[in-house]
Amino acid sequence: MDGMSADTSRTPGTPGDPQSSRWYDADAGPVVRPYAMTRGRTSSASRHRLDLIAIVMPEPAADDPGRDQMLSPEHVEIIELCSEMPQSIAELAAGLDLPVGVVRVLVGDLVEDELVHVTRPVPPAELPDVNILREVINGLRAL
Amino acid sequence: MAFGRSSRNRRPVEPVTLKILVAGGFGVGKTTLVGAVSEIRPLRTEEMLSEAGRPVDDLDGVEAKTTTTVAMDFGRITLREDLVLYLFGTPGQDRFWFLWDELAQGALGAVVLADTRRLEDCFAAVDYFERREIPFAVAVNCFEGADRFPTETVQAALDLDPQVPVLMCDARDRSSVRDVLVAVVEHAVARVDRLREPVTT
Repeated sequence: MDGMSADTSRTPGTPGDPQSSRWYDADAGPVVRPYAMTRGRTSSASRHRLDLIAIVMPEPAADDPGRDQMLSPEHVEIIELCSEMPQSIAELAAGLDLPVGVVRVLVGDLVEDELVHVTRPVPPAELPDVNILREVINGLRAL
Repeated sequence: MAFGRSSRNRRPVEPVTLKILVAGGFGVGKTTLVGAVSEIRPLRTEEMLSEAGRPVDDLDGVEAKTTTTVAMDFGRITLREDLVLYLFGTPGQDRFWFLWDELAQGALGAVVLADTRRLEDCFAAVDYFERREIPFAVAVNCFEGADRFPTETVQAALDLDPQVPVLMCDARDRSSVRDVLVAVVEHAVARVDRLREPVTT
C-alpha cells in the first residue's frame, strides 16, 4: 500500500525527503497508538508537509451530506471544525486532542478527496513581504 | 461534486498566517507571554517524537522508537480578518531541536525570553536564531525579586549584535508583550531593508 513496502533500508540522513521518514516496519517497534487512526501511515499522499499554521479551508464538496459514509469520525470532525471557522493544523490538533502528525495525515486525506484545501503560509527562504510586516506592526499597535 | 457549488456562496476569506516563536529556558514565562496577548487561551499541541524520523543524532538515550510527546503551547492574534499571527512557545529542552526546525520554517521572527537570574538558559536559543538568521529580540522577563540590569548589560552578557533589540518586559502584561512583538517585527523589517539594499557605502 502506498509505498509502505520496500523502504526498509531507511536512510535517516536525507532531510526534506518525506519518503525518508517512513520507517514503520520491523525495527520501528509497535505502531504508535494514535496512528491507528491513520492506519499506520505517518505521511500523507499530498506532496507538501503541511505547516503548523497552514489553514484548512472547506471545499464546497464538504457540504455534501453523503460524504460522511466514506470518512472516519476524525475526518468528519475536521471538516466540521473548519467549516465553522477555517483553522490551522495546530488548532485542529489541539481541538481534536491528537498529535500534529496524525492531523497532518488526516487532513492530507481530505485534501486528496477534495473536501478541503490548505493555504500555503509564506514560503521559507524567501524574505517576507515588508508590506505585510508593516501591517502586522500596525495591527499589533492597535491591540 | 458539481452540485456542491450551488449550495452556498459563503467563501470564507483565506487569511495570511504568520508565526513568531517564543523561546527561552524552562519556566521563564513563555506560555504566560503567549497567553497575555493571545485571543484564545493558549492551546497545547503535541508532536510525537517518533514521528520525526529525521536526523536527530544527539538524542542520547532516546531511541527513535520511544513515543515521547513534546508539547508546544501556542496562541493566536487575529490582526485582521485576513491576517493572523500565531505565537508558538518552543519546547524548552534542547534535545528537541528538530521541532524547532519545523517551527522556525517560515517564522517571521522570534522572542528570546530571558531571566537575569539564569541568563545562560537562553544562550541556546540566541545561538539558534543567530545561526539561522531569524530576526529576534531579547525580552528580559522582570520577575519580582530579580535584580534589574540595564539593557546594555544584558546585551553585553549575551554578546548580541548591536541591532538586536533588548527590552525589559512583564510577560503577564498585554501591552508590555505587545511592545516586545512590535520590536521583533520592526527588527525583521529593518533586516529585510538591509538585505534588499545593496551594500554601497
